[in-house]
Amino acid sequence: MDEALVIAAHGSHLNAESSTPTYDHADTIRATGAFGEVRESFWKEEPSFREALRTVDADEVYLVPLFISEGYFTEQVIPREFRLEDWDPELWDSDGTSATNATLAAEDTDQTVHYCGPVGTHDSMSDVIVQRAESVTGDPDVGEGFGLAVVGHGTERNENSAKAIQYHADRIEERGRFDEVQSLFMDEDPEVDDVADYFESDDIVVVPLFIADGFHTQEDIPEDMGLTDDYRTGYDVPTTVEGHDIWYAGAVGTEPLMADVVLERAADAGADVSSAIEQVREETGGAKPATGD
Amino acid sequence: MDGEYVDALVATAPDGIAFDDLHVAHNGGGYTFQTPNVDHSGIDEETLRTVAAESPHVRNWYFWHATAPQKADRWAFLRWLEDAEQRDVAERYDALADGIAATWGELHLSVTLSDGERTYSIRHRADADVGTSALAAHDDPLDAREIAKHDDDGGYRPLKTAPSLQTGWTFPELSASEFVTTVDAFYPATVANWHREREGELDVTHWRDTVDRQTGIYGVVKTWDRGDGYEHVNWVAEACCDDSQCLKRREWQYDEETDLDVDGGSGEFPCREPCSLVIAGARQWTKIEGETSQTYEFELTPSEKEQIEDIIDAVADGEADDIREADIYEGANRYRTRFLRAKLFDDEGNLGGVETEQ
Ligand code: SF4
Repeated sequence: MDEALVIAAHGSHLNAESSTPTYDHADTIRATGAFGEVRESFWKEEPSFREALRTVDADEVYLVPLFISEGYFTEQVIPREFRLEDWDPELWDSDGTSATNATLAAEDTDQTVHYCGPVGTHDSMSDVIVQRAESVTGDPDVGEGFGLAVVGHGTERNENSAKAIQYHADRIEERGRFDEVQSLFMDEDPEVDDVADYFESDDIVVVPLFIADGFHTQEDIPEDMGLTDDYRTGYDVPTTVEGHDIWYAGAVGTEPLMADVVLERAADAGADVSSAIEQVREETGGAKPATGD
Repeated sequence: MDGEYVDALVATAPDGIAFDDLHVAHNGGGYTFQTPNVDHSGIDEETLRTVAAESPHVRNWYFWHATAPQKADRWAFLRWLEDAEQRDVAERYDALADGIAATWGELHLSVTLSDGERTYSIRHRADADVGTSALAAHDDPLDAREIAKHDDDGGYRPLKTAPSLQTGWTFPELSASEFVTTVDAFYPATVANWHREREGELDVTHWRDTVDRQTGIYGVVKTWDRGDGYEHVNWVAEACCDDSQCLKRREWQYDEETDLDVDGGSGEFPCREPCSLVIAGARQWTKIEGETSQTYEFELTPSEKEQIEDIIDAVADGEADDIREADIYEGANRYRTRFLRAKLFDDEGNLGGVETEQ
């Protein structure tokens, strides 16, 4: 029987757009035909994590969390709700940013589930961040003369959340493409409020490592950085703040190339999707510039 | 397409076919072919082909084995739609020619036969009698995800089975598998759970087990306990799971031994477990129900007491917006309510001028 891909995302009871990136990336992957079925599932929407597997025909399922960090959701909630027998976070053998995958059985459906690490800690996520910077500046070679800020929650609810931000910031910095790279946080130092203090470059691209746009990326962060006094009135990209041009990218998860990371996770777990990966990279490699309002 | 079903029949005959009153076999003496009004035996392949080409039973057999999705629940759902377990093929094909319709939540489902092929369609049941040209036509099953997101007023629908599906659209021509995919996009997992229930295999998770499993910010719901009592869960079910709020039929109870006193509803498809909205609500109730009650003293006229009851009813039943501006006879009318506030609230917004914290 065919193999299926199931994407597990957070979703929202309040925000209609929370599920949009999940649907978009699922559609991109669906169009490649790499899987017999592609199914979205949500913690807060339907199909729920509890009931997604029973809607899938395949006996073999690749389950990829569309989450940024490893921790509470990926190690407790998702395996529990999907009823993955004998799950133990040790199976991923992760230091917080190096999750792999584990093959388990689902208790209620008997399907074989290849449970993959989240998209957010996959190495190829660094490429999506860079691509997001290209999208927002409209410059495929953006880097020289630019600083890059990768923004996350901070450790308040999950200590690995900061790790994922730092991991990608370090990786991108090593590449030497941007003059400066800095991780910033919403609820701890270095804080996103002080973005201008952390860079010398005139231009700063700010990429929040979030899956979907919502309250944090559309209201909090733009206001905290001083892009606008009131998010409802919007802001320009770039906006000049304390002498720096801030190119605010919005949630990285809306970048079409994210579909590639989902596929990479499945490929690492043994899915035969190399041509789909190629196709998706080609299709999503030249995204149009995003605007902030 | 033409003739495919005949080729398939000839190819399958040696294994024997017995399905929906069609019996076909192949043995030393040739083929046998039987339906309620046709009975051939010892015929050669050419005759079999001629007989089969004209037989709705053969088209029917082919549909159910080669065209319809084979996953057991999807298959059973399509059979249910045309009442295949009750009606024989002749009766069904007659009915299909005019179209067979059924309701699934707020969906109006139908299947029609044209040129021997089944075509499926879906629209809102409130639009059942609306001309197709007046509805926005869709052909991609996944469009249902977007339609299901908002109600007719543009409000976000966090619960897919809330009875607030927007109107004005149709999927006029779907294949069997597209049809089930579309239903599943409107009402995820309802077909799977409905089928499990019919097979006696619905895995219900009751309230107690569901809340015991919660962690993180929802872990607190475990502590919402009234000793041996479960009236708080009755209230939750009455608040959230009533047919006026959710079209699933609630099958979960307090626990394995203790049924709730509230009716589960009459929906076609079951609810097997408290959903995320109910758990999110329960988290808030756990917090506010932990307070101890106090006696507040202030006076109301009988009409004012009734008016407060009217306001609560109107909000709880979602009818506050329907009360006409000048309908001063309704307690939940805006002017009436503003008058009540002007009279009974002090400058700090305290009802009856009595502070909340005493
Ligand atoms: S728990 Fe209640 S509100 Fe939620 S899906 Fe079930 S019946 Fe509907």
